[in-house]
Amino acid sequence: MIALGILLALVLLLVVFGLLFRLQILTSIFSGSYARQIGLSNRVNAILMVVFMVVGMAAFAYSFVANFDKMNPPIASVHGLHTEKLFWTTMIIIGIVFVLTQVALFVYSYKYQYREGRRAFFYSHNNKIEVIWTVIPAIVMAGLVFGGWKEWSNIMGPAPKDAVEVEIMGKQFNFLVRYPGRDQKLGRINYRLIDATNEFGFDLNDQRGLDDFTASEVHVPKGHPVLLHIRSRDVLHAVYAPHFRVQMYAVPGMPTKFWFIPTKSTDEMRAQTGNPNFNYEIACNQICGRGHFAMKANIIVDEPDDYIAWYAQQKSFADQNPDILAAFKNKKTPVIEDAPAETTAAPAATEKAQASL
Amino acid sequence: MGSSPTSAPHIQHHVAGDHHDEHDHHDQHWLFKYVFSQDHKWIAKQFLISGIVWAFIGATLSTLFRIQLGWPDAQLTWLEPLLGRWVEGGKLNPEFYLALVTMHGTIMVFFVLTAGLSGTFSNFLIPLQIGARDMASGFMNMLSFWFFFLAGIIMFVSLFLETGPASAGWTIYPPLSALPQAIPGSGAGQTLWLVSMALFIVSQLLGGVNYITTIINLRTAGMSMAKLPLTIWSFFLTAILGLLSFPVLFSAALLLIFDRSFGTSFFLSDIYIGGEALNHVGGSPILFQHLFWFLGHPEVYIVIMPAMGIVSEVMATNARKPIFGYRAMIGSLIGISLLSFVVWAHHMFVTGMNPFLGSVFMFLTLIIAVPSAVKTFNWLATLWRGNIRFTAAMLFAIGFVSLFVSGGLTGIILGNAALDIQMHNTYFVVAHFHLVMGSSAFFGMFAGVYHWFPKMFGRMMDEKLGYVHFWLTILAAYLVFLPMHYVGIAGFPRRYYAYTAYETFNQFGDLNTFISIAAIMAFFAQFIFLFNFIYSIFRGRRATENPWNSNTLEWTTPVEPGHGNWPGAIPAVYRWPYDYSKPGAEQDFIPQHIPYSQTVSSNLPYEKEME
Repeated sequence: MIALGILLALVLLLVVFGLLFRLQILTSIFSGSYARQIGLSNRVNAILMVVFMVVGMAAFAYSFVANFDKMNPPIASVHGLHTEKLFWTTMIIIGIVFVLTQVALFVYSYKYQYREGRRAFFYSHNNKIEVIWTVIPAIVMAGLVFGGWKEWSNIMGPAPKDAVEVEIMGKQFNFLVRYPGRDQKLGRINYRLIDATNEFGFDLNDQRGLDDFTASEVHVPKGHPVLLHIRSRDVLHAVYAPHFRVQMYAVPGMPTKFWFIPTKSTDEMRAQTGNPNFNYEIACNQICGRGHFAMKANIIVDEPDDYIAWYAQQKSFADQNPDILAAFKNKKTPVIEDAPAETTAAPAATEKAQASL
Repeated sequence: MGSSPTSAPHIQHHVAGDHHDEHDHHDQHWLFKYVFSQDHKWIAKQFLISGIVWAFIGATLSTLFRIQLGWPDAQLTWLEPLLGRWVEGGKLNPEFYLALVTMHGTIMVFFVLTAGLSGTFSNFLIPLQIGARDMASGFMNMLSFWFFFLAGIIMFVSLFLETGPASAGWTIYPPLSALPQAIPGSGAGQTLWLVSMALFIVSQLLGGVNYITTIINLRTAGMSMAKLPLTIWSFFLTAILGLLSFPVLFSAALLLIFDRSFGTSFFLSDIYIGGEALNHVGGSPILFQHLFWFLGHPEVYIVIMPAMGIVSEVMATNARKPIFGYRAMIGSLIGISLLSFVVWAHHMFVTGMNPFLGSVFMFLTLIIAVPSAVKTFNWLATLWRGNIRFTAAMLFAIGFVSLFVSGGLTGIILGNAALDIQMHNTYFVVAHFHLVMGSSAFFGMFAGVYHWFPKMFGRMMDEKLGYVHFWLTILAAYLVFLPMHYVGIAGFPRRYYAYTAYETFNQFGDLNTFISIAAIMAFFAQFIFLFNFIYSIFRGRRATENPWNSNTLEWTTPVEPGHGNWPGAIPAVYRWPYDYSKPGAEQDFIPQHIPYSQTVSSNLPYEKEME
């Protein structure tokens, strides 16, 4: 019944619009404006151009200021602070260009609207001016490229030798986390060994993997470089941690990595934002299926001492799953072809890292 | 083409024989006249109307997912009559949500803004503006439309599959698009997507070869490349881009088909899914992305360049001024075309690609901003000291420049690899490309339809309705896409069904509702256009031969040009197409076919010798 009512109202509305449209045509025929090339509407449109610009820019400025805090999640990494500066510098430059070009566009539209008897200025080109406005953007671009390139090279450069290493594996629809154990080396894994308990596909024939442990959350120490080893075991995912300005795809068959230095612990951030539920979150940022929108993991940034305490409590995967370990021992020869070994930092350096923590 | 106007080339029609006189085509069977037509004007209308139909389908899909994003808690049982099983207990199925965004992207990018835009205006304007009786091959041209039509049918059918249409995003990145275990849409839906796209590419190539050949070979006497309207230059370069890049998409699609159906491992490796380890090893999903974006990036210029050409033409005509820097406009089009082939990997900065490549592509990407800036400044200079008539087409041309600037500027941020780390795949990207290539290309298309409607249908569209359509549309476009930047800066990932799972994304619920309301408003505004379009075809005011006092050759044809376009000889061309408001001339325009000998009073010093 309600649907019928809505339908009826819509039909009536359309009839009203139709009648208005016909009326508009008929009046314009009677008033003679139908036959005129250029009438009052030219002037109305010209005025609307300026109104649109002024009201639009005011609304834009207002909403931008009003939403500024919401659109700026707090930053908690060293490189994040640098890119943030670059971002807003670039924003200011393009903001200036935006205002200049839009004002020119709408003001010219208004100012040079049709006037009876006036003729446009026949002006086909001006090489000097064209060279100027080719060269200036080129110089500005060069500056921005240089700034971006410097940051990009730093961020993508090799991780410090003493970085804490964590492996994050994306799968539909959550992230698995693995840490190298005391030996600071991630053991070999193989996707053919994956099952419900061995979600990573640990190959426990590899001695380096015996002390590796998994975790439900990523723990990292504050103020210390963290190197994320990122992989996927099914489709593409992306490890996206907006507070750290970290993003890297998780690609099946091709391990990727990203390193960063967290600058604020989770507790500090909770105090800063006044939100007791605050958590650093990893969001999957590459379409991966039904649960894509809820595929997340938490990153807990601990004070270095807390991190060491947490680290010491963890039990290795092999210890927690003696039956899996036993299965490997029974079959001494590897059941599978050799998978590429994990890259790990030099042991001496990591020992030092551990000591420095 | 050094021949005199009377011996201008006549088109050979392979099926219907050589006829270009009005009376001849009456004995054509209706099937060949209206359905399997080889007349470029009719094919253009076929492309236009299919494009409009697809645009409404694509917009409907976006309205559906905007409802989900704007009101994530709402009961959507009322959508059940339309969506059936895809509404589960009052909630949209999350996989169907992904299907919606995938099909919205595919339809809009390929079927509307590539086929609908290039297909319509390249077909319609190339022969008319260069002074040819038809395309080089009318038959191939007809095939081009029917391959497109077939591709459309297949894509449309895929919407109704039980497992849903393709759902891996319009970029169909494998492994998601390769594995039905990963998402049901990657089953039959993805197969139909690939088949449809293969046919679509065939259509594009048939069209592109034709456009290029026609422009090179069939220009009328005097129509040198340096006298071509900018529309033709843009269609020409667009066709070249398509011809060089679409085959690469075809190869990517083919390899994906092999991976999906024949057990190869081009893009698949080390995958454990659905409780089993797959046998694929050694493939690279990143390879697919390289192949895809080798098309995908030129594709955005395939979408935007025809709009640039149309806007240049409409703007010069209605500002009653020569386009400023004609040669710079051509040069920047060429620059954009060349550069568009070497920037593709800026879509892939954070895929794990070698960071050195990232640096190279960042450098190349930011260079492409220079020719785009030149174009913008030239449009502004064209308006400067003009005598502007705000026809509906002109409004859309001005709107195009505004949106192109707004969207293009944020490209400077996204092209910067260091900044893209944060912005990649967020709503900032969505806002950027919807402004710079989505809305802008639509505005270019609207400008083209309003401007050339009189030549297409012999009648005028209603200007007042055009004004209402324009103001509502530009307002809605900004209301949708400006706030979307805020959401993006806050880091909201795209293609999310809901943001409820995250503490980080717990703000902006209200802004998303606002964006959705504006998007729905934009959608409804398009019905004004639809009404105007259909009404004016049948009841619009009758047009004159040259209603806009324009210079280009199409306006020298009869009100409704027949087969062969000009009843008599094809006019020869003596001047460039932008002699508007020339000092000393009687009127404020001098069409291209007027020789200098008839305009002695207005000839510039260097034109004297051509009298």
